[in-house]
This record gives sequence, structure tokens and C-alpha cells, in this order.
Amino acid sequence: MDKVKSLEDLKRIREEALKKRQAKNVSGQKEIVVGMGTVGIAAGARQTLKAILEYIEEHNLTDIVVRQTGNIGLDSMEPIVQVSLGEGEKVTYGKVTPEIARQIMAEHVVGGSVVKAFVVQS
Amino acid sequence: MRELALHLLDIAENSISAQASNITIQVREDRAADRLFMAVIDDGKGMDPEMVARVIDPFVTSRTTRKVGLGIPLLKAAAEACNGGLTITSAPGVGTTIEVEFQLSHIDRMPLGSLAETFLSLLIGSPHVHWVFDVQVDQDGFVFDDQPIKQELDGVPLTEPDVLRFVREYLEEGLRQVHINQA
Repeated sequence: MDKVKSLEDLKRIREEALKKRQAKNVSGQKEIVVGMGTVGIAAGARQTLKAILEYIEEHNLTDIVVRQTGNIGLDSMEPIVQVSLGEGEKVTYGKVTPEIARQIMAEHVVGGSVVKAFVVQS
Repeated sequence: MRELALHLLDIAENSISAQASNITIQVREDRAADRLFMAVIDDGKGMDPEMVARVIDPFVTSRTTRKVGLGIPLLKAAAEACNGGLTITSAPGVGTTIEVEFQLSHIDRMPLGSLAETFLSLLIGSPHVHWVFDVQVDQDGFVFDDQPIKQELDGVPLTEPDVLRFVREYLEEGLRQVHINQA
């Protein structure tokens, strides 16, 4: 497999990533959680997660943690995405399509203001 | 769910819920034998025979001590409709292996779908798990083991954009090279 990337590439990527992280003032961690229970997956959670990851790549966003969780208990609201910025309160969004996910990334995760139209009470 | 890759994601999510530390996903496409085989192997907390029976058919017992989903019964029915089947091998404290097989060319077989997206979702979403993705198409194989990558990263998260791009492209290229038919 000649074209597949090597671990040497990764070493360089790691060093650059570390530099970028140090250059920034780490202002608390941003965390995004996507519900990946059976209902979430059936409702399109994988596409929602994909949109979030694409946004991170496209906009070179560092210091964001993305992870999955199981069933959140809001089946009719899947796909569910939860966002917390630093010490701030966790905000739960429902029926998050890839498009809405990109809006949440732009306005909330980057811009800092909650996208009220899609917030659900958890 | 209209993609086998989404079912794999769903089964692997069960493995994560069962606190597995090591999860291996195998996909084998054997064109000569006309079979498509998939397995999810975990070392999670496992299930006793009664629980296995309920996971396969949630309606066999009225006991409702634990909620079980419909993901596995639906996948089993889909496999059986395509001259295949689904088996669960599990033991408490040891782990669970779920194997599912289809006739590759069966007209009703649902498409494999995007393995790359499923693998990336698992890798990013549950970085504490040691993941192995093992895909074989006839003689060609692609094995992705996340351990050397995580060792090299040494604490730098997979969600750093450059790392994310590396891992995503690595998975996509690897799958492309074995010519897996995702349709």
C-alpha cells in the first residue's frame, strides 16, 4: 500500500498540532457529545457526527473534544447533540440534521451563542 | 437502518455500553463463495444465555429488567431473508461475539454502506477503546489497528483537525485499496 499515509506523516502532524495548541491560549475545553444509541443511529446520528467532524477539518478548529454517548432518553428528539463550552452549562439540541449541526458549530461552538431554536429540555 | 455499516455501528455501540476495552470489527467479502460475513468481537461484560435470548428476540419473555433494542432482531431477520443468519456467542466476564452472514449477491441484501464513516465515528467517539478494523475482499485485506496511531499521538486528541484528516484519509484509502463494494 504505497499511497497510504505512514506513521512518519503522523509524527509531523502531531508536532504541528502541539505547536498550534501551545500558541493558543487554552480557554477551557469545548465538548460536543453525539447520541449514538440505536434510535440515534437510525435517525441519522452518524451523518450528524460526520458533519461536525467535517466542520472541524474545514475550519481548522483546535481544542474540541467530540465523543459519543449511548441512549440519552429523548428518543423522539434524536439525533441529539450536547455542547458544553469550558465551565459553561451543557446545552442539549434535538433533531440535529447535518445542516443544523453546521449551524450549531458556527454559532455556538465557534460564536459562543446558543442556537435557541433547536434546544430541547433534557 | 438501510446500511449494514450502520448495523455494525449499532452493534459496536452495544460493545461500548458493555464496557469493552478491545473491539474488533471484521468484514469479509468472498465473491467466489458468494458470501458476505461480518463480526463484532468484544471483551465487554458479556451476557448470560437468558440475556442473549432476549437480545435476539425481545418478545420471548415478559421480564423487563433491562431494556433491549430492536437492532439485532431486525438484522437477524434481514440476514435470514438472504440465505444467511446471525449468531451471538457470549459469556459473562469474557465478552460477546456477534457474527452475521449474507448471501453476497442476494437481491434483498441491504448495501454495506460507508464502512469508513462507521469506523471513523467509533474511533473518534470512543477513543478509550482499542479498535481493530479488519476488512478482507477475496485476497486483498486492510487491517486498521489504532494502537500504533494512538501511541504516536501520545495524548494529542484524534479530533485535532490535522489528525482527524490523517485518520479519515487513512481509513478511506485503505478501504479503497481493497475495492470493497459498498453499494
